[in-house]
Amino acid sequence: MVTTTTTTTAPEKIEVFIDDQPVMVEPGTTVLQAAAQAGVEIPRFCYHERLSVAGNCRMCLVEVEKSVKPVAACAMPVMKGWRVKTNSDMTRKAREGVMEFLLINHPLDCPICDQGGECDLQDQSMTFGTDRSRFLDQKRAVEDKNIGPLIKTIMTRCIHCTRCVRFGSEVAGVEDLGTTGRGSDMQIGTYVEKMFTSELSGNVIDLCPVGALTSKPYAFTARPWEIRRTDSVDVMDAVGSNIVVNHRTGEVLRILPKTNEEINEEWLSDKSRFACDGLKRQRLVQPMVKGTDGELQPCQWEDALVVAAKALKAANGSVAAIIGGLADGESLMALKDMVNQLGGEDLCTEEVLADAGTGTDLRSSYLLNTTIAGVEEADLVVFVGTNPRFEAPLFNARVRKAWLYNELDAAMIGPDVNLTYDCEHLGNDSAVIGQLLDGTHPFCQRLSAAKRPMIVVGSTVYSQPDLLAQLMQLAQKVRSGCEEGGEWRVLNILQRQASQVAALDLGYTPGVAAIRENPPKVLFLLGADEGTISRDDLPKDTLVIYQGHHGDVGANMADVVLPGAAYTEKPGTYVNMEGRAQQAVQALTPPGQARHDWKIIRALSEIVDVQLPYDNLKELRTRMEQVAPNLTRYGHVEEANYFAQATTLAKLVSDKGTGSVIDVPQKQLADFYMTNAITRASPTMAKCIVAVKKEAANKFVDPK
Amino acid sequence: MAALVGKNGNPGQCLSGRRLLLADGCEWSIMSALSRITPVLRGSINPGASSAVVKRYNSNKVYGPLADEDRIFTNLYGRHDWRLKGAMNRGDWYKTKEIIIKGVDWILGEIKSSGLRGRGGAGFPTGMKWSFMNKPSDGRPKYLVVNADEGEPGTCKDREIMRHDPHKLVEGCLVAGVAMGARAAYIYIRGEFYNEASNMQVAINEAYKAGFLGKNACDSGYDFDVFMHRGAGAYICGEETALIESLEGKQGKPRLKPPFPADVGVFGCPTTVANVETVAVAPTICRRGGPWFAGLGRTRNSGTKLFNISGHVNNPCTVEEEMSVPLRELIERHAGGVTGGWENLLGVIPGGSSTPIIPRNVCEEAVMDFDGLVACQTSLGTAAVIVMNKQTDVVKAIARLIEFYKHESCGQCTPCREGVGWMFKIMNRFVKGDAQPEEIDALWEVSKQIEGHTICALGDGAAWPVQGLIRHFRPVLEERMATFAATKKAVAN
Repeated sequence: MVTTTTTTTAPEKIEVFIDDQPVMVEPGTTVLQAAAQAGVEIPRFCYHERLSVAGNCRMCLVEVEKSVKPVAACAMPVMKGWRVKTNSDMTRKAREGVMEFLLINHPLDCPICDQGGECDLQDQSMTFGTDRSRFLDQKRAVEDKNIGPLIKTIMTRCIHCTRCVRFGSEVAGVEDLGTTGRGSDMQIGTYVEKMFTSELSGNVIDLCPVGALTSKPYAFTARPWEIRRTDSVDVMDAVGSNIVVNHRTGEVLRILPKTNEEINEEWLSDKSRFACDGLKRQRLVQPMVKGTDGELQPCQWEDALVVAAKALKAANGSVAAIIGGLADGESLMALKDMVNQLGGEDLCTEEVLADAGTGTDLRSSYLLNTTIAGVEEADLVVFVGTNPRFEAPLFNARVRKAWLYNELDAAMIGPDVNLTYDCEHLGNDSAVIGQLLDGTHPFCQRLSAAKRPMIVVGSTVYSQPDLLAQLMQLAQKVRSGCEEGGEWRVLNILQRQASQVAALDLGYTPGVAAIRENPPKVLFLLGADEGTISRDDLPKDTLVIYQGHHGDVGANMADVVLPGAAYTEKPGTYVNMEGRAQQAVQALTPPGQARHDWKIIRALSEIVDVQLPYDNLKELRTRMEQVAPNLTRYGHVEEANYFAQATTLAKLVSDKGTGSVIDVPQKQLADFYMTNAITRASPTMAKCIVAVKKEAANKFVDPK
Repeated sequence: MAALVGKNGNPGQCLSGRRLLLADGCEWSIMSALSRITPVLRGSINPGASSAVVKRYNSNKVYGPLADEDRIFTNLYGRHDWRLKGAMNRGDWYKTKEIIIKGVDWILGEIKSSGLRGRGGAGFPTGMKWSFMNKPSDGRPKYLVVNADEGEPGTCKDREIMRHDPHKLVEGCLVAGVAMGARAAYIYIRGEFYNEASNMQVAINEAYKAGFLGKNACDSGYDFDVFMHRGAGAYICGEETALIESLEGKQGKPRLKPPFPADVGVFGCPTTVANVETVAVAPTICRRGGPWFAGLGRTRNSGTKLFNISGHVNNPCTVEEEMSVPLRELIERHAGGVTGGWENLLGVIPGGSSTPIIPRNVCEEAVMDFDGLVACQTSLGTAAVIVMNKQTDVVKAIARLIEFYKHESCGQCTPCREGVGWMFKIMNRFVKGDAQPEEIDALWEVSKQIEGHTICALGDGAAWPVQGLIRHFRPVLEERMATFAATKKAVAN
């Protein structure tokens, strides 16, 4: 007999029995997790895997053999050999008891409750509740709270699970919510009336297991069983949050987050969640051409395309394009191909990015190289000229998570903004970067002592090539001292626009300087609404074609308007800030005569006689793959490299930027809500801004 | 010498100060032994008291009354000076240095051999509890937290210690602190105890000034600090983990266990929370030796105990008495008997408001210790005896207690938050009789749905009085319902 012994460094697993079914679990696993491993789901209300354990709802009580009392499965770590009985008499009685207690003071107003159909209490009462009540006395009623324009509260329904409180203090980092009072007088609230001022506030609606916190804009709109759901990708920022578009009869009703551990976990920023009502307003629903009176006149597709084609042909190669932040990869590809074939070379993005020697040839100089989830491994993060809280709320939530649980330290060069966690403010003078590079700044010690530091560079630095070049050199210098011998990526660029990385991957030039210097005869705006180029920058005879979905700044200055589709209405490829290509899926058909963007360009190209060689999405994506193979590797992060080479090139930069003060455009919560054409058309976002500004006058609120 | 005071562990009593303490006399030990076993002798010492002798477990041993020389709290009634000088005259701070130098194991050994059980209500063996703190240090400081948030209705033992014998507690903090390797003690005192907090602070200041606390406490080389922290009037803050939360400046809401305070307690450091009385008796146990303490009371229920007798008695009082004293004797000897005589007794809540009430027939046999009262389906709790004679509306009395628990429930976990309020609503109707007899069973079930299902013991404490009421006074409830229904019917007709 030969006996073999295996030695492992991992902690030894322990055996427990869930309903007599043996499971091997790690030490420290809770009963609830062990049961989940065995495929047994234990009912719960207060427990949430991304929040701390409260153990207060007592719904998860289970019997453990030899224990006199049932134990709270969510909080109790299993011990070796425990026999958990999730379906015994004691367990069932405990659950039924808790359910009865929860229901005695819960209003049975399910027929008028927005949570109806997706309510944990409703679902679980079907299993553990009874159909009659022994409660003969008066029920408790609780005053509703006003916590802003996004969250509707019906506090009588609250079962005091404190998920929202824990979300506020742990994930959002805003301690606005709390409990007041004791016993049956306990209430969830803000103590004094004030708004839940967080950019992530909408998540408490998903967290609330009952109908106490529901969506205000969505109130009384639809029932869950009437809704169709389409998994897609968000474009309000460059994070690329995964979403589920909830729609019915050609209308987006609401947007919910879809779990993606590597990007948004299961959260969603308020802009991504609530700006969807902007998709119904200010839409371009038919083609338009500027008449002789200087006003845009609605017309047929044929007319608009012919006018545009004529101009494009007549331009004789003097064609340029600017793309906005919401453009999909497919239309970017088609537009680039068409403009190139017409002889135009100036294909620009509205968003600028400084050329620190490498241009956009090396992807490492425009990506968040560490990746979003990678933040959790970092031990020091330095923000330069960015306010991640509002530019990429879910990235900021990750940083906060790492700060809270992994002892990540944060520092900031730029204005002293509140990031919801402690952040050492190194000043807003750009000279600090130089001091860090030459080692004269006191913070250098911390930077070089860090094992896994990150330098996150934001948009403000984009316009200052010398600063970006210095930061690249600094990152490379720090990197050599890192734990993994240079494997750790220090330099990170925080993009703000959903289209930017795909555009740069496809060969667009960041910034519109080229167009300003060399104005074209025909300017094609693809969803460019930020006003980076105005009529005044162009000669009088320049024809402006605007293709997009909202009547905003771009359409205002256009001679020809081609109505395109919004992100919920077209299949599209978006590459997020980490370089991860993702597919948005078409949930609705574009309104009116609006069409998919790449198809419009394809049609136009045919009329201009530069017919693009793709007739369907598959062929177009094959073309994208030829130009940038990573664009069709959906879900995959295409890592960037050549950091050393980029640094060498960066050393050659002498181009001075303007100004020595590093600033960020979004400082307050009010700056967060409206950043693109969709959000500017959204009444909910407008209400948020009004509410936040009003909140600033609330004398009971600490100025943050 | 094993103990500081004598081989036989039966030292002189401390009433007359340190001189007697040293007396290694066999005379005293014989006297005290005699006083425990000879009822005749007792009778002659305490003329007029009941001569009822309770024999239990085939033993001839009788418990109580406590001999004067076995008293620990010798200034319980505040007749003497409570300050340092008076305390030292009564034997406090005597050879504390030697106790500390004897070391952790010796102190724990004495406490373990004394059989001391926690005096806060749960009765957990103190020696074992303190020894949980002696795991190898991971660099975090350890803390002793003294629970002086005495809020249990009927209980008033800790306040007597703190206002009249504060040095017992201060010295106890040091001894207990040394036993668990604690860096400091926090005394969390009930906010309403203004004068007690004041006296405690004076005593602490005196101890610092005398060099008994602070750096090199008692010249022993051990650094130890004692801090006072006043509560803000919440009963739940007497629960150990809620107390810790409150001490940290948070809402007083009990924490989930595990982790137990011995692993993660106040400020995230290993902590032991102990009752005032438990801590205050520790120095005396160390001076007189564990076996002395263990010699009082029944096995596993040893020692002396402060009993608070309140309610319908002729002479409500707090008295230090030997454990295992019969309830009837306790009431008759020290409290002057039930108002209107023993026959007029309706029932007794024997251990503070959370313990179930027992009716007269059970009281007659009840023995005041942990095991004795568990045998009567109730509990020793804090040993606060609430006596009710027949003029009491027992339903109303229990309803009032439930109102207290409803008011003091922290609201964190469902069964307590919802259930206690519900019980109160039902009890309110029971007071009038406005209910159906089936609701008595419903109330019983509700109390069972609360008991054992909550984070802390407040839910249990609220459920037990109701259970006691239903267990022993169901006919009263039914009769009242019948009367109410009859009156209602008569009015309707």
